[in-house]
Amino acid sequence: MSTTTSAPTGGQKAAAKTADYLDQRTGIGGAVKEFARKIFPDHWSFLLGEIALYSFVTLLISGVFLTMFFVPSMNEVHYDGPWPAMQGVEMSEAYASTLRLSFEVTGGLLMRQIHHWAALIFMAAIVTHMMRVFFTGAFRKPRELNWVVGFVLLILGLAAGFSGYSLPDDVLSGNGLRITDGVVRSIPILGSYLSYFIFGGEFPGHDIIPRLFTVHILLVPGLILALIGLHLFFVVLHKHTQYPGSGRTNANVVGYPLFPVYVAKAGGYFFIVFGVIALMGATMSINPVWNYGPYDPSPVSAGAQPDWYMLFLEGSLRLMPGQTEYVLFGPDGWTLSLNVLIPAVVVPGVLFTLLALYPFVESFATGDKREHHVLDRPRNRPFRTGFGVALLTAFFILVLAGSNDLIATHFHMSLNDITWAFRFLLFLGPWAAFVVTKRICLGLQRKDRELVLHGHETGQIVRFASGEYIEVHKPLDAHERWLRVQHDAIRPVEIEPAEDSRGVRRTGYRLDRMRQRLSQVFYEDRIEPVTPAELAASHSHGEHDALGSDQEKAPAQLLGEGAPTGGGRRLRSEDETDADGRNS
Amino acid sequence: MSTTHDHGHDELEPRDTAGSDLALRQGDDAVDKFENPGFGPHRPRRSDVEPEANKRAERQVVALFTISILGTLGFITAYFALPPGETIASMRVSNLALGLGLAFALLGIGLAAVHWAKSLMNDHEKAEDRHAQRSSDQTRAEAVAALKDGAQDSAIGRRGVLKGALVSSLALFPLTIALPLIGEVGEDWNVSKFKRTMWARNKKLTIDPTGRPIKASDVTIGSVVHVIPEGLHETEAPLDEKAKAVVLLVRLDPRDIKSEQGEGWSYDGIVAFSKICTHVGCPVALYEQHTHHLLCPCHQSTFDVADGAKVVFGPAKRPLPQLPITVDDEGYLVAQSDFHEPIGPSFWERLR
Repeated sequence: MSTTTSAPTGGQKAAAKTADYLDQRTGIGGAVKEFARKIFPDHWSFLLGEIALYSFVTLLISGVFLTMFFVPSMNEVHYDGPWPAMQGVEMSEAYASTLRLSFEVTGGLLMRQIHHWAALIFMAAIVTHMMRVFFTGAFRKPRELNWVVGFVLLILGLAAGFSGYSLPDDVLSGNGLRITDGVVRSIPILGSYLSYFIFGGEFPGHDIIPRLFTVHILLVPGLILALIGLHLFFVVLHKHTQYPGSGRTNANVVGYPLFPVYVAKAGGYFFIVFGVIALMGATMSINPVWNYGPYDPSPVSAGAQPDWYMLFLEGSLRLMPGQTEYVLFGPDGWTLSLNVLIPAVVVPGVLFTLLALYPFVESFATGDKREHHVLDRPRNRPFRTGFGVALLTAFFILVLAGSNDLIATHFHMSLNDITWAFRFLLFLGPWAAFVVTKRICLGLQRKDRELVLHGHETGQIVRFASGEYIEVHKPLDAHERWLRVQHDAIRPVEIEPAEDSRGVRRTGYRLDRMRQRLSQVFYEDRIEPVTPAELAASHSHGEHDALGSDQEKAPAQLLGEGAPTGGGRRLRSEDETDADGRNS
Repeated sequence: MSTTHDHGHDELEPRDTAGSDLALRQGDDAVDKFENPGFGPHRPRRSDVEPEANKRAERQVVALFTISILGTLGFITAYFALPPGETIASMRVSNLALGLGLAFALLGIGLAAVHWAKSLMNDHEKAEDRHAQRSSDQTRAEAVAALKDGAQDSAIGRRGVLKGALVSSLALFPLTIALPLIGEVGEDWNVSKFKRTMWARNKKLTIDPTGRPIKASDVTIGSVVHVIPEGLHETEAPLDEKAKAVVLLVRLDPRDIKSEQGEGWSYDGIVAFSKICTHVGCPVALYEQHTHHLLCPCHQSTFDVADGAKVVFGPAKRPLPQLPITVDDEGYLVAQSDFHEPIGPSFWERLR
């Protein structure tokens, strides 16, 4: 903003000297030249990952504050502080120091509540960011490895949340640990030893809080920090993806420069995220542990819920019928608790494995080795979108099942009926969600084709001399059209036959056959984008849409083709019917 | 696979890769595509065309930064004026005042910066070229040559024994950290402790948490008592013992009892069951008097106390283990023995 011709001010001189000092020792000038005006595309959905990053920074800031006052110890003390309800009660130092943080440290409660809300938002941002990446195909080559990094960050986020939730050593989190112990014990052969490994002997022991503390403030955040660094390094290396649009190609990146636009926008966004979390910490009470009491193995309260990101595990545990516990090899044999193992280990294992491996499965089915930097519109990849919605549906059904007692008490329904309904829904829901989503995607693609071929409806009705009425359509301009035709139509892979011309069986045929089958599952049902030839064909019989041109001829042509004449336009083109004909 | 040969010669050229491989694989139809029309027209903002709007936006940004300063000042004031105090109400007020001050301090900065960027900074989009991630064939060849040179310098290929010694020592040394860690981390590793509790013959049933012994005559029909063993607080690790030994005692009308887990394990309609759920170990604490059902609030396993605590619903498989009880000479409830099976969630060697 300053004028360049005037003599340098003192500030400018100092800046120049500092820059010179740094550059002589680091060569930082090269990095500044490279990155200062680096281009990033702009879209609201790209902010989801930023929310995750900034809520993590918020977690670090508030977390450091908390460690100054929290005592990670299970030594028993008798409470002597301002909170009358706990006066003289025996409790661990961890719980007592949490009370002290809440009642005696000014700003301590605020920091505790900010820390807890930030954790919930961190997980929510990770999940929605992952959904954005999934549904737009941002995980495709060359970003598959970054998808895996992000996936590991999701798991580490769960670990951070879980280990932190248990630290105050209140009765709720203690019961959470007890459930963990029960789940760990169900693991065949190693279970009991894993339980001893975690608790340093029998549950609850005296080690779990200090151990979780180390995991929570050193191990997991250290790993998260390192992987965030790697995640962002990959973003810079690959350059950010962009949504399709005019002028955007696989070979360019269109957006605004890092300095000044993203310095202001992204920097400002950190303050907004932190500010919103501070507002939540100020106005919304969370985890008031002073009401729960210290951990004691005996009491438990009804209607208690874990943090939202753990609810799906809780729901999974609740849905599993108990009959599936078996004793192997005779009456005094080994106990196999499938009633715990399946819901707590196998179900999340399947969900997470599908999520982690999806990019590799899709690229195998697509047979595509190219780099992709332009994002997909979700409608243009019906299988992927349907699959993602199905996975989410399964997740949300489990979340709801984890709240089945609250549903029962709030809506006055039978807990047992709700549980049975969810047991069926867990299998039917994702399937139905897949079918419906895929159909919606195909429908939206048909609508896109329709718009490209015939233009916008204008509401103008014209009557021909022949007496026929038609509605005038306004053709799309090149930019509107490009958005709807830019994507590739992916078709199922074609493979070479099993035997060569001499009848010798080809090696690798079975793998190819598998790939072809998978590819058919992905891409058999599809609507292909309009091609220029199709548009030209549609215009040649759609001349009537352009007013004033040969009005007599057009209807005759339509009739000649045997198309419906009512709207003056065909609803589907021949090619589309062909592609669609493979559907059933 | 038919396309690998075309990598290399133009990899470093920025290019629109859309359709190239697919076109080779799927025939020539992918060529029939629309052309990218290039950038659309730029739409100016109000602050670009109206100097008045531009000035107004600048004033708004200044006002937002000012709000942030006021927020910080408010926070400092609240820190000194409103300590959390002795009551829940004063704690809430302190939290609210501090939190609002912090929120305004942060949101002011954030909204100001974003508003500045959106309304006043240059909003013409710029384009930058992308380059293929793959390094060129020449670079690859040089990288391979560098590795070969290094391997040759070390002569590792010809020294098999050395290679073996290197790999073995690297593979073995982590044991020095892992061994003491694994050895010590699980205390004594004696997992059979899961199978016993501190209940024993003639140990009195006492009320949780006071530790007062229970007279059979004091327990009325339909009532529920949360029970701990006598002398729990004198043990070495009271919480560990309590986590296994808690018991729920219910007095039923003796005619309602359909079954028990052992002959003579109840006393005059008084039955005692482990309170630790056989599913994953939550305390089973919700008793419904008219159905004799005991519900675990964690995962809703439901047990029928009148029928040997058999599972009637939910994810648990086994009944809650029954504690055999009787009365001593003074009429106090005492245990006949420890539980006859391990309490709590299942584990692999539970029955061994």
